[in-house]
Amino acid sequence: MTDWPILSVVTFLPLVGALFIFVVRGDDEVAARNARWVALWTTLVTFFVSLLLLPNFDSTAPGFQFVEKKAWLGDVAAYHMGVDGISLPFVILTTFLMPFAILASWQSVHKRVKEYMIAFMVLETFMIGTFCALDLVLFYFFFEAGLIPMFLIIGIWGGPRRIYAAFKFFLYTLTGSVLMMLAIMAMYWQAGTTDVPKLLEFGFPSGMQTWLWLAFFASFAVKMPMWPVHTWLPDAHVEAPTAGSVILAGVLLKMGGYGFIRYSLPMFPEASHYFAPLVFTLSVVAVIYTSLVALVQEDIKKLIAYSSVAHMGFVTMGIFTMNEQGLQGAMFLMISHGFVSGALFLCVGVIYDRMHTREIAAYGGLVNRMPQYATVMMIFTMANIGLPGTSGFVGEFLTMLAAFEANTWVAFFAATGVILSAAYALYLYWRVIFGKLEKDSLKNILDLSPRELAILVPLVFITILFGVWPAPILDMTSHAVNAVVARTDQVAGAVKSALLLTF
Amino acid sequence: MTQLLPPLGAVLPELVLAISALVLILIGAVRGEGAANLITGLAIAVLAAAGVLVLLGPSVETVAFNGSLVIDPFGRFMKGLAIFGATVSLIMAVDWQNREKLARFEYAVLFVIATLGMCMLVSAGDLIALYLGLELMSFSLYVLAAINRDSIRSTEAGLKYFVLGSLSSGMLLYGASLVYGFTGSVNFEVIATEVKEPSIGLIFGLVFVLAGLSFKISAVPFHMWTPDVYEGAPTPVTTFFATAPKVAGMAILIRVVMEAFPHIAHQWQQIVAFVSVASMLLGAFAAIGQRNIKRLLAYSSIGHMGFALVGLAAGTAEGVRGVLVYVAIYVAMTLGSFACVLTMRRQGRAVENIDDLAGLARNNPLMALMFGALMFSLAGIPPLAGFLAKYYVFIAAIQAGLYGLAVIGVLASVVGAYYYLRVVKVMYFDEPADAFDPMPTELKAVLAVSGLFTIFYFVYPAPLIEAAGVAARSLF
Repeated sequence: MTDWPILSVVTFLPLVGALFIFVVRGDDEVAARNARWVALWTTLVTFFVSLLLLPNFDSTAPGFQFVEKKAWLGDVAAYHMGVDGISLPFVILTTFLMPFAILASWQSVHKRVKEYMIAFMVLETFMIGTFCALDLVLFYFFFEAGLIPMFLIIGIWGGPRRIYAAFKFFLYTLTGSVLMMLAIMAMYWQAGTTDVPKLLEFGFPSGMQTWLWLAFFASFAVKMPMWPVHTWLPDAHVEAPTAGSVILAGVLLKMGGYGFIRYSLPMFPEASHYFAPLVFTLSVVAVIYTSLVALVQEDIKKLIAYSSVAHMGFVTMGIFTMNEQGLQGAMFLMISHGFVSGALFLCVGVIYDRMHTREIAAYGGLVNRMPQYATVMMIFTMANIGLPGTSGFVGEFLTMLAAFEANTWVAFFAATGVILSAAYALYLYWRVIFGKLEKDSLKNILDLSPRELAILVPLVFITILFGVWPAPILDMTSHAVNAVVARTDQVAGAVKSALLLTF
Repeated sequence: MTQLLPPLGAVLPELVLAISALVLILIGAVRGEGAANLITGLAIAVLAAAGVLVLLGPSVETVAFNGSLVIDPFGRFMKGLAIFGATVSLIMAVDWQNREKLARFEYAVLFVIATLGMCMLVSAGDLIALYLGLELMSFSLYVLAAINRDSIRSTEAGLKYFVLGSLSSGMLLYGASLVYGFTGSVNFEVIATEVKEPSIGLIFGLVFVLAGLSFKISAVPFHMWTPDVYEGAPTPVTTFFATAPKVAGMAILIRVVMEAFPHIAHQWQQIVAFVSVASMLLGAFAAIGQRNIKRLLAYSSIGHMGFALVGLAAGTAEGVRGVLVYVAIYVAMTLGSFACVLTMRRQGRAVENIDDLAGLARNNPLMALMFGALMFSLAGIPPLAGFLAKYYVFIAAIQAGLYGLAVIGVLASVVGAYYYLRVVKVMYFDEPADAFDPMPTELKAVLAVSGLFTIFYFVYPAPLIEAAGVAARSLF
């Protein structure tokens, strides 16, 4: 165990970087270059510091590790940080994706670079804080604060309909979250604390659980996003700059799933059992409906955005099976989707930077001029479908397995989603990459530059690595996940025996 | 027991303000119009001194003038805040006076007199002192609204404010006389001991008193004057209106219901809850269509008073603490926002449309950053101060079981977020318009302090919350 506050360092290091960029002066060109380099180094250093967590992390130990606690809001809330097997993978995922996001914006962003990099650094702090917070108020603080930089990123550096998308993103998420804030307050008066470890032990009365669960659901369902409140996501993805899409799909969507696993299931187990059929229904609808919608998209980014919604359907389905496979699968799927969808957006960014269009119809036959690109894109497409051997497979398989145990029909409908996902992903790949290179505008398109290769190759490597060797993630999460499962089972058992006694 | 000499030490700030106001008038009368800057400077010093005296005042509850004035930690907190608001808004007026060639010495003197009225209002221990303080404050404000007497808008604002304000004073007086008639006393403590059960006549009186006070904090349905007066009055006067009188009005509202009517809490809680909901909703929806930044801030202040009242509706010490924290943070944010509005000048002329802010992020990134932070804070987004303000009032409402009020409140805050975001959108997303004239130093300082406070308040929130807690508990 280290005795320095490593979690706070990881969380607030990006802010230090933001401060550096803020004070850097000079004429525009020089300032922009400095901002890029400072941002890159900050994210890299943050990533390496966050890796220091791994050797000291004991995945078999119960409870939270690297715990820090300081007085903050007097009697109401404390600055309480810590990680366990559920949050640590997300922390690493965040720090891992950030350097790619910075690199992806190296050339595509050329106006107001300083502000851009500051927004990303601030966003990173809030994202890491969300996953590390062990106090509900602190969690809400980070969770909501992330809206501000993302709003600016979409609104300033986005596409033509960026203002509509930014407002929609902000107001949708805010509406869901304010209800969660009220639920947090109600929990405070009921339990006398907002400390997460204590609340995880606390048993809320059943009637109250229903309302609290619904309030948290409002927030996380929008963030996930679940059907039918997903409509902000395609807009936000399409309009956001490439790096914004990467972080949105890679990290921000995971906050919803993380919230379900960390808060909804163990704190409101009875309500979770009660509402599981609702979640299954919404998940299955999301998987099938959004996959069908993805099939007819004309815009590459929009297609990937809808595929994200479909994948998040698998995640919510897995979470609410409330057994070990389901939760493990959901965790794995979220991590895998984090870098696979991020990588897909990066791939779109590569051709967007060259052609400045995301219309599928504007491409075709790219394999003739861009063989490396075609290969990389192929791997990520396969991972998105969930082909065995890629990281996408493990999570999908586990969640389907769990769903089969919980409810065969849910598994059946979800399986049709897998077929549909193959359909839209391969259809996209076929239209963009294969065929004859007929369009004049594509005649001189260049293959991947060294910078782009440097971004994509590590992602290819990690996609295949976790596809054939998923153990590191599964080992890390298993104990924490089992604790959640035990907690929900215990309540389910109590409810069942109470029912038996009454009859 | 009657005292021959009141404890003058306890009312020292009021004495200083009263005597200074008279002296300043004399100086002005002797030296003529040319003394405006000197008198403004002196008035700022007097206000600051009064503020220091308030903070140094007794921390135990002291009663002066046979119960007419109550000096307690609650009063100290609110007086300090009101004087702070008045001082800063007077500082913000200095540059404006010279640019608009409106340097009149009466301006600063009226600030001092209005502040004296506020101090009396905050400390009022009976209905007579309440009325005296209220009118002293209001009459100064009526004149201030019309201080630019050559401008039609300004005189219209003054007249409107005066007519509606007199109406509300009348209602307040009528209510006070009913309360007196049914309890036999004007002293809050005596009223509290007399009133154990609600009676229909007393409720009538209570409603009229609350209506009169709601007018001063521009809570719905007594808000109609606010947008017109905010828009018409000169901007530094609007700054003043938006801060100090709101603090004083909120303070006396809390004091009346808590000290005079604690036993019929259920009755006034309903009224306060209704006023709160109506203000939050109107503030949120009516602001959407505004193009003028001053009108926008007027509706925003109506909404914010609604949010603050959520805490009062809870009727607990936590609730009052929430209101105090809310009002304090609101004053800080409002001063910063108006510093930005005062900066909106092109070629020496003031512009007031939201669209005039277009592309400010590129012309003046620091100002845009601060104004943007203030807007997010007013919308109540963490980690900014405005979020913590809302947090403390809503947590009190949840504790008191006012779930419906809390849910409506947070949803209204989402609607409100829309128009605050629109200002951010104009500054950050739109193409730049012409740059504004350079910002005067004192406005820069006000904006910097307000913006930095808003952004970094979360780092060390404890002192304000503890001070507000002490102040709130002194009422119970």
